[in-house]
Amino acid sequence: MTALNVSMNPPAVTHATTVDELVDRKLALWHLVASLVFLAVAMLAGFTFSLQFLQKYPFPGIELLSPGRWRLVHTNGVAYGFIANAFLGCLYWAVPRLTGHRVHSRWMSWFIFWAWQAIVGVTAIGLILGHAQALEWGETPTYVDPIAFVGLILVAVNFLTPIFKAKGPMYVTLWYFIAAFVWTPLVYAMGNFLAEYLVGGAAGGAIGGLFIHDLVGLFVTPLGWGLMYYFVPIILKKPMWSHGLSLVGFWGLAFFYPLTGIHHFLYSPIPLFLQHGAVITTIAIEFVVTTVIINFFGTLKGRGDALRTNMPIRWFYTGMIFYFTTCLQCSFQTTLTFQRLIHFTDWVVGHAHLVMYGVFGFWLLGSILYLFPRLIGAKAYYSETLNSWHYWLNAFGTLIMFTDLLVAGVVQGNLWRNLAPWEESLIASMPFWLLRTISGTMIIVGNFMFFWNLYKTWQMTVAARQTEPAGPRLSPVPA
Amino acid sequence: MFESKSGIFLIAGLGFFAFAFVVMALLPWMIYYKEPELTVASMAQKGIVPEFADLAERYPEQFKKHFGEVNYKTYAQALQLGHDVYVAEACWHCHSQFVRPVSNEDLRWGPVSHALEYQNTLQRPVLFGTRRVGPDLIREAARRPNDWHVAHFYNPLSVQPTSVMPAYSWFLDEKGYPNKKGMAVITYIQSLGSWLREYPYFEGDGPLGPAAHPEEPYGGKPVPKQVVSSDSSADSNNPG
Repeated sequence: MTALNVSMNPPAVTHATTVDELVDRKLALWHLVASLVFLAVAMLAGFTFSLQFLQKYPFPGIELLSPGRWRLVHTNGVAYGFIANAFLGCLYWAVPRLTGHRVHSRWMSWFIFWAWQAIVGVTAIGLILGHAQALEWGETPTYVDPIAFVGLILVAVNFLTPIFKAKGPMYVTLWYFIAAFVWTPLVYAMGNFLAEYLVGGAAGGAIGGLFIHDLVGLFVTPLGWGLMYYFVPIILKKPMWSHGLSLVGFWGLAFFYPLTGIHHFLYSPIPLFLQHGAVITTIAIEFVVTTVIINFFGTLKGRGDALRTNMPIRWFYTGMIFYFTTCLQCSFQTTLTFQRLIHFTDWVVGHAHLVMYGVFGFWLLGSILYLFPRLIGAKAYYSETLNSWHYWLNAFGTLIMFTDLLVAGVVQGNLWRNLAPWEESLIASMPFWLLRTISGTMIIVGNFMFFWNLYKTWQMTVAARQTEPAGPRLSPVPA
Repeated sequence: MFESKSGIFLIAGLGFFAFAFVVMALLPWMIYYKEPELTVASMAQKGIVPEFADLAERYPEQFKKHFGEVNYKTYAQALQLGHDVYVAEACWHCHSQFVRPVSNEDLRWGPVSHALEYQNTLQRPVLFGTRRVGPDLIREAARRPNDWHVAHFYNPLSVQPTSVMPAYSWFLDEKGYPNKKGMAVITYIQSLGSWLREYPYFEGDGPLGPAAHPEEPYGGKPVPKQVVSSDSSADSNNPG
């Protein structure tokens, strides 16, 4: 295992080519900007939808502004618009640097960019027009599914080419990326074709459960962790604490995560032995997650000051703490004991927000924070104060929303079980729903501060470039 | 192997996914493979819910325009359209369609859900649901009369002041009568659970037609023991 020591450090680009030739910065930047545009749309859709729960929906009785349809825009916009776009932007930055090779084709990359925006846009319009399907995150209209599937294959080819071209040992990040590129098209096909056209009933429910969870576990999670393994050592300028734990984390995730999907439908008519299997593998994941968290906090040891001084690191490690929280929560809520009480309640909604936003949203916002000045050639942000507000509003907004919905879930579950009239559970939920809207508003305000900061930073950079035209178009970027 | 491209691509990527697919997807698929998946037409043949005929009586002009007369064919048509509207409006995000054997749900909603109830094309993808903001609907048949549903779609607050359900005024025409979508979605909801022997729970006359109250409600097969019945005893503070 002589390769071991080498692979503990992210390999620097050793070829004669410069980073500028490898990385298409414009492409990465456009993906990140697109992701923030969709984030804005998804956040506003979520906010407006939340007003329905307070009986204060501003557009009642308008078919195209039906809250039920805009809820679809919220979830699908986050998954396919915000998260997928942000991942692609980060991948165009990280993969060529880790492999020393360009992505498969520049032409194809731009084709993917426009095709992906079209897919997300058409999906949103289709959902609003009422072309949704009945599978969570698989609601994409039937006419979008085949196109999105081809798009995912192209993405896989585009990034697997440089990875397979590269010689020598592979860094941890690339393990996660390879696996994600294999899994994502498979998962997408399973959910959108199998559960839609071939298998119905309880068996279809089992496959639907796999799809819902695999989309988080086999698409978002491996790409997210891959980026953490890339960004954290680079920013802290030190290798990961333990290579062995990296191995345990990756292979544990790869084995257990695909098995967990049925935990979405416990006490359902799906055979109970399969539900038990899903519960056990879900709890096993928590142990794997703990090893990964230990590895990352071991890496941070001695550099704790970075949490204060380095904003991206602060976002990343906050996300990791949320990740540990959400996985710990999951290993309890997945048991049949907890399910009795909290299934179908807001507890699950709180969990979903913490995972998708508190963890992956935070990691991607941290990554965007790190990449944006490097992509446009800015020396510094327009305002560090705005960045600070962005972080604190998001951190507290997410924490409040999560805790609030968690407690709401327990209250609802008990009222249902005690056979209180149904209205009681609504009356009891109202204060929680109000707090949810308030915490959501904190998140939205924080993110719009960030957008403003990005805009001013870009404006500042353009102005600076005009005053000193002799300088290089892109300033050299460290690491 | 653990750090090589082929190892990760083949074992973690393809291998583990295939293993999980066999265990967690193929296995349940094989378990229910031989159970016939009912079409909408054959579901309609099992009996037309009286609420469908009631719509024809209440709104004769509109019903004639949208569906014609009450028969198996128009009933099947209404069920399919009602289901499609239910999915398009994402009703299933706030209304579940399965009764669990725990948490006193059988006392609140009715008999615990059985896998064979979902072996039909209207449950593809299955509408188990994800969140229960409003009540579960799988035992909703005949629970409330049609005019309650019409008023409720027009303005939920008029019949349920604490409701957080949006108004679906596009289910009604300009006179306030249900249009084709409205009639279809009401028919669909009024059919949920009508296939059970115990139907109806609250009011109504039961399904019309020769197949009403079948001896064997699950398509002539013996009704298996509830899959998870052993767990319902764990709810010790079951009142009654």
